[in-house]
Amino acid sequence: MNLLTGNDLKTGDVIWWAGGESWSRHVAEAEDAGEGGDAILAREEAARRVNASYIVPAKISDKGPMPLHIKDRVRASGPTVRTDLAINTDIPIVNAVTAGETHV
Amino acid sequence: MYKYDHYDQAMVDARVDEFRDQTNRRLAGELTEDQFKPLRLMNGLYLQLHAYMLRVAIPYGTLNSEQMKMLGHIARKYDRGYGHFTTRQNIQYNWIKLEEAPDILADLATVEMHAIQTSGNCIRNISSDQFAGAAADEIADPRPWAELLRQWSSFHPEFSYLPRKFKIAVIASDEDRAAMRLHDIGIQLVHNDLGELGAKFFVGGGMGRTPMIGPEIRDFVPADELIHYAEACLRVYNRYGRRDNKYKARIKILVHELGAEEYTRQVEEEFAHMKTLGLNPPVAELERITGFFQDPEYDRTASDDLNLTDPDFRIWAQQNTHAHKQAGYAIATISLKPTGGIPGDASADQIDLMADLAKQYSFDELRVTHSQNIVLPYVRKSDLYALWQKLDEAGLAPPNLDLISDMIACPGLDYCSLANARSIPVAQKIGERFADIGRQKELGELKLKISGCINACGHHHAGHIGILGVDRKGTENYQLSLGGSAAEDVSLAKITGPGFDEDGIVDAVEKVTDVYLRDRSEGERFVDTYRRIGMAPFKEALYE
Repeated sequence: MNLLTGNDLKTGDVIWWAGGESWSRHVAEAEDAGEGGDAILAREEAARRVNASYIVPAKISDKGPMPLHIKDRVRASGPTVRTDLAINTDIPIVNAVTAGETHV
Repeated sequence: MYKYDHYDQAMVDARVDEFRDQTNRRLAGELTEDQFKPLRLMNGLYLQLHAYMLRVAIPYGTLNSEQMKMLGHIARKYDRGYGHFTTRQNIQYNWIKLEEAPDILADLATVEMHAIQTSGNCIRNISSDQFAGAAADEIADPRPWAELLRQWSSFHPEFSYLPRKFKIAVIASDEDRAAMRLHDIGIQLVHNDLGELGAKFFVGGGMGRTPMIGPEIRDFVPADELIHYAEACLRVYNRYGRRDNKYKARIKILVHELGAEEYTRQVEEEFAHMKTLGLNPPVAELERITGFFQDPEYDRTASDDLNLTDPDFRIWAQQNTHAHKQAGYAIATISLKPTGGIPGDASADQIDLMADLAKQYSFDELRVTHSQNIVLPYVRKSDLYALWQKLDEAGLAPPNLDLISDMIACPGLDYCSLANARSIPVAQKIGERFADIGRQKELGELKLKISGCINACGHHHAGHIGILGVDRKGTENYQLSLGGSAAEDVSLAKITGPGFDEDGIVDAVEKVTDVYLRDRSEGERFVDTYRRIGMAPFKEALYE
């Protein structure tokens, strides 16, 4: 599956595409963009609902959609060394690629 | 300290207004991100892993308590209550909102600060010795020269679009506390045989993916020709530095490929040409600037006596203070490396406290070090105990300067969009493993430096022990290297062999320190033992 992410233009917050014109701070609410990611990002960037956006390969896990790469997992979780500032501390960071979830 | 004149202030204020307009246009959709990105970067505003990051310039690491208070204010009002002091003597904020960035720059401008040229392919913040003006071993104060270079390089029309970023360091003692030889231009103030002041030039040093030690290209440039010589160095680079490949665009590549001799010949040719232009050397301006860097009003009766009966204070005073040029005074370094902490981070409250202590005990002045610590440069020895007590209460008195836990670490994958691996958790685990201060002192001076990617912001090439985080098939892996130094005994570290996982790298560090303890000779530091016995005993301990 492919998720879409970027930053909120005004605040810089990491956001995830949640379908339609909706974006969420939480990767658990992200929707699969399938093969249509580029078109969606072009539309959403033009509408300034997202900035510096890109497509994130992901898989389904028991915690919901989960980015494959460690960098995107850190984006989804927040800094691992400041859990007080984190978005979601349940996201597994170490050994991201081999975390064991089924790749869809 | 240097004070802005009306030109300085007008330029900074105008830049704030300009950036406010640019930001408004971006938010209104009149500028695309591709158009806006170079504009925000010129004002130190990056888009990082979690949010916008603002890098604020601290010229040659020097600031007063009012400026430090402003840094605390920004951390509290616009960020999430803390800031990160960097290896370029600057500060970074990790959670900036674009819509508030112009207000931050406006606040900074009220205390003569800005974020100009903290990014982009221009001459960056001039760095220097954090003990400048106070060190017992300096031949002159390097700050007036650093300030002159700051003014020369700020908005320099010819050098605003260099092939790549450009970093200059200035020192004035044989002991190099500024990693001078690992800068694009390293300048060491020296006297010639006639006792005249001038500068030795080293060009083409740097870290990153291709680390190099800058070769000496001139052993003496007369003081009043220093700016012109720097200009000649830049002109040759600007003309011939590669613009087709960013990985080969730094001046170190040009100097290496041309050879130091040929590069020097071209610089000398350019320098000779510049002399014919009749440009006045900026001696008068230097004299004006130097006037801002006079010694503070020392208490000439201050005593050198120090009561060391408190054992904890004794450890701190022995480790974290340095000899001062003025009798009765010491240079005190505040370590931002508590056990398990994040190297270089300070909370808004801690920043405020350090500002207050500078006002009370250090003639209103602080310095930021490239090792991510804070210096109070002018502390009366009789005040050291009271200072230490206040620092200790606030968690700012780790007695670990230059010991293994006084690590340099970049933000790594926890914050940086370029990083491949996390640096901070490794630093924290090593700090916890070596938490016992007696054990650290037994190991002696040991510079451990950690980078989360090949760009080497954590200076791993120059660590007695260096750690580089890499991405190995999607997982974090850490390469160990040994034998580097950023000091006057400058050298580049060599990789030991295959890398380790996060826990394995901590064990590996412990193993190499065990080899050192086993094999060292009397008086040897870790790096000295490595240089004497070579890599083999360390590899054997690590891999066999």
